[in-house]
Amino acid sequence: MQARATIPRERPSIGTRWNNFQRRYAPYIFISPFFILFLAFGLFPILFLAYLSFQEWQPSAGLGTMKFVGLRNYTDNLTDPAFWDALRHTFSLAVMSGVPQHLIAIPLAFAIHMGLRKLQGPLTAVYFVPYITSVVAISVTFFTLFSWQYGAINGLIQALHSLPLIGGLFPAERINWLGEKAFIQPAIALVVVWRFTGWNVVLYLAGLQSIPKDLYEAAAVDGATRAQQFRFITLPLLRPMMFLAITLTLIGNLQLFEEPFILTNGGGGPGQIGTTAVMYMLRTYQSYADAGLAAAMGWLLFVVIAVLTFVNNQVFGRSGLAGRE
Amino acid sequence: MKKTLTALTLALIATVAGAQAKKTITVGVFPDLDSVVKAALPGFQKKFPNIDVKLVVLQYADHHNALTTALATGSGANDVVAVDFGYVARFAEGGGLEDLAKAPYNGLSYKSRFVSYTFPQATFSGKLVAMPTDIGPGTMYYRSDFLAKAGLKPGDLNKSWDAYIENGKKIVAANPGSFLIPDATEVSEIYIRTNIPAGQGLYFDASNKVLVSADNPRFMNACTLAKRVRDAKLDARAGGAFSPEWTTAFQKGNLATEFSGAWLTGHMQNWLAKDFSGKWNVQQLPSGAFASWGGSFYAIPTQSKNKAEAWELIKYLTTDKDQQILAFKTTGAFPALRAAQDAPLFNEGVAYLSNQKARTLWRTAANRIKPLDVNRLDPIASEIWLTQLGSVLDGSKTCQQALTEANTLIARRAR
Repeated sequence: MQARATIPRERPSIGTRWNNFQRRYAPYIFISPFFILFLAFGLFPILFLAYLSFQEWQPSAGLGTMKFVGLRNYTDNLTDPAFWDALRHTFSLAVMSGVPQHLIAIPLAFAIHMGLRKLQGPLTAVYFVPYITSVVAISVTFFTLFSWQYGAINGLIQALHSLPLIGGLFPAERINWLGEKAFIQPAIALVVVWRFTGWNVVLYLAGLQSIPKDLYEAAAVDGATRAQQFRFITLPLLRPMMFLAITLTLIGNLQLFEEPFILTNGGGGPGQIGTTAVMYMLRTYQSYADAGLAAAMGWLLFVVIAVLTFVNNQVFGRSGLAGRE
Repeated sequence: MKKTLTALTLALIATVAGAQAKKTITVGVFPDLDSVVKAALPGFQKKFPNIDVKLVVLQYADHHNALTTALATGSGANDVVAVDFGYVARFAEGGGLEDLAKAPYNGLSYKSRFVSYTFPQATFSGKLVAMPTDIGPGTMYYRSDFLAKAGLKPGDLNKSWDAYIENGKKIVAANPGSFLIPDATEVSEIYIRTNIPAGQGLYFDASNKVLVSADNPRFMNACTLAKRVRDAKLDARAGGAFSPEWTTAFQKGNLATEFSGAWLTGHMQNWLAKDFSGKWNVQQLPSGAFASWGGSFYAIPTQSKNKAEAWELIKYLTTDKDQQILAFKTTGAFPALRAAQDAPLFNEGVAYLSNQKARTLWRTAANRIKPLDVNRLDPIASEIWLTQLGSVLDGSKTCQQALTEANTLIARRAR
């Protein structure tokens, strides 16, 4: 081996190096805000929640007091009748407030699309307003409308009851909308329907606009009525949009929180009929100070939503009806 | 040259500031305690010119949530924190709050100066986690004009629970559209808090055994009483205090009685029942019951860097007689310090309550209320019991069924 004198390579100037550095790393720096935010507020909480769901922890006692308890939080939740009740009530509320939304929104969107072309802009805006209004304001307003002794709804029913002829159709007693088991879920569902129908109308209008006009024209030439056009052209071609809208409703309704929380004063109403899974989770964390149990509940709820979304996909999505031509 | 000058100037300023050694402490409170602390500050500043106090005010729920987070993560808590009675037990676990029983605080030496039930509320396994500042001794508020219309004397309502319900029916009959009480559950809530045998808490005994059961007369009677109130259509079914329904019933003047803490008077005269000044009066609770509605405490988080100064402020706010009286004048916060209750002010009439000397009643109540043993699972037990009671009130369960079920459900949690 003989030492060979190596020709010293010229060191690139600071400027060149800076340029190279920029070219190589600048893109990462530019996209970093998203990733930093996602890591801090997206991924970390999810992983921390997963970790937490295997611990027994009272938040106010400090981080050092976590105790590993294995699967106990999960078994505790799955054997807790109140948790199953909350899930059951979440489902019935989800169905009660989910189905009418679409049954109203699809024909409404079709009517606007077909008949009220000129008014489409303003109408859409009007229907969209509930969706962008503060949920708290909405719920408080409805709370006062539903009030047993002082609400406008009962006032109206009372007034109708005192009318001749049709008065007999309306009850003489005031209905305790938010204080009786039979009425509380419909009352909550009504508020949710009122809030989200407009949102779905907007989705369906977008879907309708993507259906080529000449299909309708061809059908009209063949002598198809409006109803037939709706049944054989609109509905099949709206399917992808229905799948999207129903998926969003499903996920949103299983996480229902604000409306029932406010309409039942946070308490869940009589017999806890208005307590949804998310309300129960918050109560477990805040009032019962059992963070591990609440975390496990969050994951169980995630599993439930994932399974139902998958089923929805099988029935409605690409692999299901929407895939068929 | 310029740089050196700047550095020199900065160094000079720093030494001057250091010589004064002024310390700033932060105080986290919720309304109306902010008004109390603000009123107290000028006097405190005169006494301790080297301590600056910065107020951090958040709404009730936000304040306690922020405090929970700060204790959980071990950073971000204020030097002095207000804690509402409903949260003391929750924050007592772990080492998040200083044990004020220990030196240098020696908080227990003040124990005899305070209303007797306050220190037990903040003492957990020998640790004193907070100092009491105001209390909510409870009484029955009643509408004297409603009673007159039914031809009743106030004593007809608080002789016994039976008398309360039976004469309550007369009041509602004589005053159409009125309700005896906002919610039937209030009757049971007071009942279960009275006549608790020694060594028992509200829902659990000392060995964590569940007391809510069908063979416990305290719960059985409470359940039956509430059911009687509901069945006689005496309550407005308004749920808890401050619910919209409760508020409207008050504002419209549809309530004949309400059980609440002394602090309710302030709400009534300011916004809740403005139009009915002079028509409301107070008397002790039915059947010789004494109960308290909340109360506030001050604590020092272990993470605080200015514990000595924080303690000075807490002492000033809680053990200084003049400050306790000032707080009462400012917001109606009833003093937890006994000496403050002897002020002449307490023998004066309350204008809103038709100049009744109501404060003497509250003082009596405060000194008759028995301490309750607090259990970590109380919020869960309360939730379960109230849910079951709700099923009794709407007629879907009997008291026997509901209490048996409540017992099973609470026992599940008490591991």
